[in-house]
Amino acid sequence: MIARAIAFALALTTPAWAEVEIEEITSPGGIDAWLVQQPSIPFTALEIRFRGGASLDPEGKRGVTNLMMALLEEGAADMDARAFAEARENLAASYEFDGFDDTITISAEFLTENRDEAIALLRAAIKEPRFDEAAIERVKGQVFSVIRSNLKDADDISSDRYFELAFGDHPYGTSLDGTLESVAALARGDLEAARQAVLTKDRMFVGAVGDITPEELGTLLDTLLGDLPETGPPLPPEIDYTLSGGITVIDFEGPQSTALFGHDGIERDDADFFAAYILNEILGGGGLESRLGQEVREKRGLTYGVSSFLVPKDQAELVLGRVRSSNETIAQAIEAIRSEWAKLATEGVTPEELERTQTFLTGAYALRFDGNGRIANILAGMQMTGLEVDYINTRNDKIRAVTLEDINRVAAELLDPDALHFVVVGQPEGLSSTN
Amino acid sequence: MFRIPSLIAAVTALPFTGLPALSADGITQYALDNGMDVLVIEDRRAPVVVHMVWYNVGSADEPAGVSGIAHYLEHLMFKATENLEAGEFSRTVTENGGQDNAFTSFDYTAYFQRVASDRLPLMMEMEADRMANLRLVEGDIATERSVVIEERNQRTDSSPGGQFREQMRAAQFLNHRYGVPIIGWRHEIEELGLEDAQAFYKAHYAPNNATLIVAGDVNPEDVLTLAKEHYGSIPANPAITERARTQEPPQLSERRLVLRDARVAQPYVTRSYLAPERNAGQQEEAAALFMLARILGGSGATSVLGNALEFESKQAVYTSAFYDDVSLDQSTFGLVAVPVPDVSLEEIEAAMDQVIVEFMNEGVDPDQLERLKTQVRASNIYAQDDVNGLARRYGAALTSGLTVQDVQEWPALLEAVTEDDILAAAARVFDRSNAVTGWLMQPEQPTEEVSQ
Repeated sequence: MIARAIAFALALTTPAWAEVEIEEITSPGGIDAWLVQQPSIPFTALEIRFRGGASLDPEGKRGVTNLMMALLEEGAADMDARAFAEARENLAASYEFDGFDDTITISAEFLTENRDEAIALLRAAIKEPRFDEAAIERVKGQVFSVIRSNLKDADDISSDRYFELAFGDHPYGTSLDGTLESVAALARGDLEAARQAVLTKDRMFVGAVGDITPEELGTLLDTLLGDLPETGPPLPPEIDYTLSGGITVIDFEGPQSTALFGHDGIERDDADFFAAYILNEILGGGGLESRLGQEVREKRGLTYGVSSFLVPKDQAELVLGRVRSSNETIAQAIEAIRSEWAKLATEGVTPEELERTQTFLTGAYALRFDGNGRIANILAGMQMTGLEVDYINTRNDKIRAVTLEDINRVAAELLDPDALHFVVVGQPEGLSSTN
Repeated sequence: MFRIPSLIAAVTALPFTGLPALSADGITQYALDNGMDVLVIEDRRAPVVVHMVWYNVGSADEPAGVSGIAHYLEHLMFKATENLEAGEFSRTVTENGGQDNAFTSFDYTAYFQRVASDRLPLMMEMEADRMANLRLVEGDIATERSVVIEERNQRTDSSPGGQFREQMRAAQFLNHRYGVPIIGWRHEIEELGLEDAQAFYKAHYAPNNATLIVAGDVNPEDVLTLAKEHYGSIPANPAITERARTQEPPQLSERRLVLRDARVAQPYVTRSYLAPERNAGQQEEAAALFMLARILGGSGATSVLGNALEFESKQAVYTSAFYDDVSLDQSTFGLVAVPVPDVSLEEIEAAMDQVIVEFMNEGVDPDQLERLKTQVRASNIYAQDDVNGLARRYGAALTSGLTVQDVQEWPALLEAVTEDDILAAAARVFDRSNAVTGWLMQPEQPTEEVSQ
C-alpha cells in the first residue's frame, strides 16, 4: 500500500460528542488504548499510530519508510504476497498501512466472527514481513510509477517545490516517496531497519471502536503489539520556516495554473490555536462562505476552489492555501488573495463572522463521528495530540471562549500578506518569479 | 494494494456497490400525493441526519446543444430563490452547524445536507423552497458559468487522463447522451445562459420527479409528517413523463483511439465494452458481470489480470477491471493495464487479451469465487456503519430505474452467481464489435525540456 503525503490534514483531529463514551484501558502487558464499545454491528475498527513517520528516513534512504509500509502486506511469515492477500480476503478483513511525514498509521477493520484470525494475520504483517526480493521489485515499480506521475502533475509539482523552498534538507523538504534514484538503491536490510525504527511502543497510540470488550481488546493488543521494540531513533530536529514572500513560477502546459501558497504558522499547543483555527475557517475554510471563497469564486468567478489550511506539523508550522485559475486570471486571483489576507490582518473579523463561525464549528463537530473507523481515527489522533479524554466535552467550549479581541490580535500576528510565497505551476499571464 | 497515480484513478476504480441487506424495518418508504417518493433509513447511533433530494434528471437527459446544463443548474440552485438571497441556503446550513453540497451524474442530480437531527425541518423548508421558487438573474449566471469553466479546467482540461476518459466515452456511445461529458463540452458551456437553465429547471424540478431520502437519527413517521408539510404543497408537474433518451443502434465496428500528451507520465491501455446494466427485477446478468469484474481485476494480488500480468509475466505495474452496474441505460464493462516501463502498449494489450482468452478456457477458480462471496457477505455488515453511503446507494439506484426491493435482493443475487453465469456473461460482453480500445501515451517525439 503506497501512502500519499497529505500535507493539509487539519490538526484539530479531535472530536466531540457527548454520546461517545471513551474507556481508557491498559492491556495486561501495559499497552494503553482508548476504546468506544459499539456492539450493534459485529465488527471492530482499530487505529494504531506511531509518531515519527517518514521523517525518520535515515540519511540517503529517502523513501524507505514509505516503501516498507507498502510491503507489509506483500508477504509475511509462511505466506507470499498472494497467499497473504487470499488469507485476508477469506477473513473479509481490511488492513491499511500508511506513512506520512510525522506519522505511520495502521488501520484495520475485522469481523467479530473471525477476530482472532484477523489479528494473527495482521500481526504477521507487522512482525514477520518477508520483504521478498520479488515483492520489493514489484512494489518499487509501483512507487516509481507514483514518482513519475507526481513529476507531471501540476499540484504535486507545486507542493514539492514549496516544501523544498521552505525546508531544504530537512525531511519536510522532500517527498516521502523518495526519488527514482533513492528508491532504486533501497535494499532488504534497509526495509527491516526501517520497520524496527518506526514501529516502536514508546511512540504508539491506539484507538478502537466496535464490537469488543475492554478485556478482549487488552488481550488483542498484547498479541498484536506486545513484542514491538520499546524505542526507536530520535525524531528529527525542529526547523524554522525561513522562506520569504514572493512568487515562484514553474512552466507547465495546460489551460489553468495551480498555486500553493503560504507562510509561517502556529503550533497546535499554542494558547491561541483555537483563535487561529476559527480565523482560518473565516479566511479560507471549506465552504463558499469564507472570505476567499466569496471574493475569488462567488463574486469574481475566478476559480472552482480556493481554500486555506493550518498545518501544524511536529517540527514546523505553516498556514497554507491552494487556488487554481485560468492562466489569464491566476494573477487576479493571487492579487485578491493577498488583498483579503491584508484586510483580515489589519481590520480583523466582524462580530457576526466570529459568531457564525463558532456556531458552525461547534455544530459540525458531531458530524465527524460518523462511523467506527472515523471515531477510531479520532481517538488515536487525540492521544497523539496530547489531549485528555474529556476533550470531546470541552472542545466546543474552547471554540466559544474565543473573543473578538483574541481573534483579531491573532489575525494581526499570524497573517502577513508580504510573507506569502506562491508557487505557481502553469503558464500564468502577468506573473514571473521573484528573487 | 496499490494506490494508482491520480491520472488514472477514476477510470480504474472498481465501483464498490455491494449493497447491504438491510432488514425491511431499517427502511421505510412512502409516497406523497404529489408523486414525490420518500425513503427513510434509521440509524440512531448518532444525533445527526443526512437529508437528500434526488431528481430523476442527469446530464443524459439534456437536449442536444446545451451539454452541461444539468450540472450548471446544480450550481445555480445555490443562488437566489423567492425567499432566499444568493448564497443564503449554504450560509444557513453553515450557521446551523451543518454541511451541504450537491452532485450531478448522467442519470441523477442530488442535493444533500448533513446536520444535527433537530435541524431537519429547516433543511426541508429550504430544499422545498428551491424546488419551486428558484429566481435566476443575469449577474449570478455569468459569474457561475466562469466557475464551471474553471471546474472543467481543473477536472478535465488540465489532465490528459481526464481528456482521455472523455474521448473514450465519446467513442463508446454513438447515439446515447452517455457519450457527452457530464460537465459539458467547453464550447457549449461557454454559451449556456439564463433561459437554458430556466427551461431545464421548469422541465425537470418537481416533486413527481424527485425522491427524498432522510437517513440517520429520525423516526420515519415524523419524517413523513415533515415531508407532507414542506414538500406536499408543491404541485406535481403533469408535463413530466417517462424519461426517453436516444438509444444506441447496433454497434458493428470496433473503435480504437490514441491520445498523446507530453504530460502523460504513465502510459496505459484501456478497453471498454457496452454492457447491460441492472434493471428492475432483472439483475442476474449484472450480478454475473459484477463478479466478473472482481475476478478479473478486483485486487492486484488475487485477480486474474493481476496474477498474470503483475505477478507472473511482470509486464504490468497495475491492472483492473471495472463495471458500472447502476445505470439507467446501457452501461460499460472495462479492462485496464498499465505496463512497466520497458513494455509497450501494443505488448500489454496483447498480453491482456491473451489473459482473457485463457480465462475463458480455464474458467473460474472456485476458491476465488468463494472468497469474493465471503467479502460480499461481509460488506453487508461493514455497510451498516456508513449511513451516508447507504443513502447514496439507494438514491443512485432509485434514480436509475431500480426499486428498494432490487437493492435489497442484490446481495443474494451476487451470492447465487455461478461459474457458468460468469462465463456466459463474459462471452456475451467481450464482443469487440462494440468495444473501444484506447491508448494514452507520450508524443512520438518526446518534447525537449525548454531551458528558461
